Amino acid sequence: MRNLIDILDLSVSEIEELTQIAEDIIKNPEKYQEKCRYKKLATLFFEPSTRTRLSFEAAMMELGGNVIGFSEANSSSAAKGESVSDTVKTVGCYADIIAMRHPKEGAPLAASFKAEVPIINAGDGGHNHPTQTLADLLTIKMEKGGFDNLTIGLCGDLKFGRTVHSLINAMSRYKNIRFVLISPEELSLPDYIKKGVIEKNNIPYTETRDLEEAVKDLDILYMTRVQRERFFNEADYIRLKDSYILTLEKLANAKKDLCVMHPLPRVNEISPEVDEDSRACYFKQVKYGKYMRMALILKFLEVEI
Amino acid sequence: MNIDSIKNGIVIDHIASGNSMEIYELLKLEELDCSVAIIKNAQSRKMGKKDIIKIDADVDINFDVLGYIDPNITVNIIKDGVLVEKRHLSLPKELVNVIVCKNPRCITSVEQGIKHIFKLSETENGVYRCAYCETKAKNQ
Ligand SMILES: [Zn+2]
Repeated sequence: MRNLIDILDLSVSEIEELTQIAEDIIKNPEKYQEKCRYKKLATLFFEPSTRTRLSFEAAMMELGGNVIGFSEANSSSAAKGESVSDTVKTVGCYADIIAMRHPKEGAPLAASFKAEVPIINAGDGGHNHPTQTLADLLTIKMEKGGFDNLTIGLCGDLKFGRTVHSLINAMSRYKNIRFVLISPEELSLPDYIKKGVIEKNNIPYTETRDLEEAVKDLDILYMTRVQRERFFNEADYIRLKDSYILTLEKLANAKKDLCVMHPLPRVNEISPEVDEDSRACYFKQVKYGKYMRMALILKFLEVEI
Repeated sequence: MNIDSIKNGIVIDHIASGNSMEIYELLKLEELDCSVAIIKNAQSRKMGKKDIIKIDADVDINFDVLGYIDPNITVNIIKDGVLVEKRHLSLPKELVNVIVCKNPRCITSVEQGIKHIFKLSETENGVYRCAYCETKAKNQ
């Protein structure tokens, strides 16, 4: 029985396998619409995240399966003080697979020690969100044709952005990757990732404060939100926030086949005018996320394809 | 108990001076019935001063705890008055229920009955991280 707690729980070849299944689902959706008939996915959302929950539920429904669960802790037994271990042991009696979101870091790992069905981490606090990374990876595969030979710009909050950390972990396993880290000093990538992942894998990288200058070399630009509450003072926030807003003007020198990504929801870090540009991939990314969740459910339920 | 000679038991030697009480607590030696001697600030050629703990019984001790606190500690196992094994320690790959995570956002801060697990993440610096939230363990 498999669990997905951290993106690195999946090997490079398993990610390849999942993207192939996802691509096949995109091409032949009708082939998959009964694959999970009579199977149940439980979405246990101890904190609300409507888009992630809907993505999982849509994924299971498109496979012909059913969905049970709850969307916030106060409608669940957790509000009465039940442990996550007890909750998943109970839910495992009804469901075949569990997607779990929890505000505490490591809750899905704790759950996986006790559960008798596969656990998928659908986000644990500020820690991991591996199915977002699966969405990111399929986007890269579909838009760029593969994972090798890419210059990847990561922009915005690189300090707290868990999606950025996971993506770096995942992409560090491919050939001829280069990272460009674009952030204010205050929000730069933590050392344990810079040294522990990027340098350890001998991946070339540069750090810059200047998005406009950096953008011209990139194959992928991964935008994240620069949150006000991350700054010590308002003045710094106001001084810096506009430098990390992507506009058509800032894209002027970018490659024609640049792929602009964002884990969404965005606030103002990508100007709406960019949405019409062919390089904007963030809404496709949402769709790809659903297909990867479908592929993951099929794999973990060991459904024959 | 004659602290110089043990017939059957364990001598934990080369403890950095001042660390013996912490080891006493982490190994839960207060739960033992046998005699236990803590020798503080003993003379050491190698270390200047050192602490030693002598346990006058053949008990199971958690070598991972010792390795975590100080991999330079040596453990001598004595049987019938003879030194039968001199064990050198190393940093354990995993620590279970030895230390607890200090991150208030970690599941271990609320979940009852959970195992507190830390993994060695950087061997060269002896850095341990919580298996759940990856927060660094505070250095000893
Ligand atoms: Zn922790």
